[in-house]
Amino acid sequence: MESLRGELKQPVIESSDTEDAEINLGLCGQPDLRVQIGSLELRNPVMTASGTFGYAREFENLVDLDHLGGIIVKGISLQPRPGNPPPRIFETACGMLNAIGLENVGVDRFISGKMQYLRSLSTPVVVNILGDSLEEYSEIARKLNEVDGVASLEINISCPNVKKGGVAFGTVPEMAARVTEAVRQASDLPLIVKLSPNVTDIVLMAKAVEKAGADAVSLINTLIGMAIDPITRRPRLANVIGGLSGPAIKPVALRMVWQVAQAVSLPVIGIGGITTADDALEFFLAGASAVQVGTANFYDPSAAENIVQGITAYLQEQGEDRVVDIIGTLKTGTE
Amino acid sequence: MSEFQQKCTLLTRNRLAPDVFRLTFEAPKLAAQAQPGQFVMVRVIDGLDPLLRRPFSIHRNSVSNGTISLLFKVIGKGTDMLAQRCVGDQLDFVGPLGNGFDLSCKQPICLIGGGMGIAPLLFLAEQLQQTGREIEKDHVLLGARNRDELALLAEEFSALGYAVQLATDDGSIGHKGFIPDLLDFVLPTVERVYTCGPHLMMENIVRQCQQAEVSCQVSLETHMACGMGACLGCTVNGKKGLVHVCKQGPVFNADHLEWSL
Repeated sequence: MESLRGELKQPVIESSDTEDAEINLGLCGQPDLRVQIGSLELRNPVMTASGTFGYAREFENLVDLDHLGGIIVKGISLQPRPGNPPPRIFETACGMLNAIGLENVGVDRFISGKMQYLRSLSTPVVVNILGDSLEEYSEIARKLNEVDGVASLEINISCPNVKKGGVAFGTVPEMAARVTEAVRQASDLPLIVKLSPNVTDIVLMAKAVEKAGADAVSLINTLIGMAIDPITRRPRLANVIGGLSGPAIKPVALRMVWQVAQAVSLPVIGIGGITTADDALEFFLAGASAVQVGTANFYDPSAAENIVQGITAYLQEQGEDRVVDIIGTLKTGTE
Repeated sequence: MSEFQQKCTLLTRNRLAPDVFRLTFEAPKLAAQAQPGQFVMVRVIDGLDPLLRRPFSIHRNSVSNGTISLLFKVIGKGTDMLAQRCVGDQLDFVGPLGNGFDLSCKQPICLIGGGMGIAPLLFLAEQLQQTGREIEKDHVLLGARNRDELALLAEEFSALGYAVQLATDDGSIGHKGFIPDLLDFVLPTVERVYTCGPHLMMENIVRQCQQAEVSCQVSLETHMACGMGACLGCTVNGKKGLVHVCKQGPVFNADHLEWSL
């Protein structure tokens, strides 16, 4: 990360004469898309969401990975997980249900098998981590803390706490705070806590993790839903229920981001159905400092890259020099 | 040999049966790269409903014309919208994806297609024919609901030089009944079976192949969100745990999969 931050800052702070011409050209023509998520600086505010982008290499032939603001890899647990039985996905109106069951290679094989490639990218890599107990979260965080090329951790708190009888970390503020504290103690990396929308008041969750030491919150994870085949009278997913994602959930996500952004002083990362630059811009205006593109990676692998270009075009049209200047500029009064 | 995303223009739209369509697209780069058994992910419209791309195996491939064809039956919203696309429309493709059939078998083979499972077998048959094998010793067994669905496809396999046998549900052409009924007579004469079709049909064929100790390659169809190994939605049960149809398939050695035989 140090080298990356150095590269990004270098042209602005110190540069030779020959570089000056390029920089001036850059500043005149291109708005500044850099955003700060805690101590993590992103070249632009468009990341790819966990679980929708594999370990990034899956997309190397279709996406210029070095154009992304950040890559959040598939959720990693302490031990490998096989995931749920099929069928695992089902398409719904403007969205999809999934019950993948957190299939992943486990933290050790992730480090030995996936990190070398991820390190070769210039884009910051955020590792999404999940566990069934506080100890598991701590252990994964400790292992990843020593790994070169991991820029940040995103804590997935949607798993049930097995030791506490399956009480979900993601739906009880005190539990979410304890996970955040545990990871905070185990790691120096910037911590993003990914919040579940399946709660009565997401603001309480955000405040709880802020107090517990999170550097940022990302929201929303999927909304729990289901679908049924009337002919067979069976659920469409083997797991019966699953997480709804895609454009169908965008209004809910936007509302929650807006509420959370007003209530906490942490950077907020917006997630939920983002497909176009306009979608992303809505989240920035509502108070998000960055966005994650999720399900759109499936149906339009070029979505994230197109969104970066669209944000640039919007800022130019609006006469804005920096993307950070539009964050939270939603007008709700009579002005 | 790596996948890419590209807009392809619809050149011809043929209706083979009331609900069966063959679309041919201008796609020189795909045609140049694709192997029999591989598939493409097609965005049937640019809008958000249906949201996901649809996977289609490549049905025909012409490197010289720079075209690929898809064969499909209208079974839902996605295929319905695809069937309504007009000549000249541009559709977004990602491909070629997945692993193709293993073409290395030099001994007599049998291709078995049921319904829309016939789609990838025509590309396979064309490719096999060009390898200079003794095609007259090979067999093609095709099954479908009725004559409408089968007649033209059967002619196309015959035109390549294959001995084609047919089975239909209603007996309007060929044997009245199922393909596995025909297979008993063919199996002793072949070294390998390639099959694609309804799951139950493939299960029966796999059982027959295992009993006869004939190797069998199956092409599977599942729901998919991405087709690239990212969503992990297209799992099926393999002998050694779950496998992903998009990356490890869609063509599998039947012995590597779990069948409820």
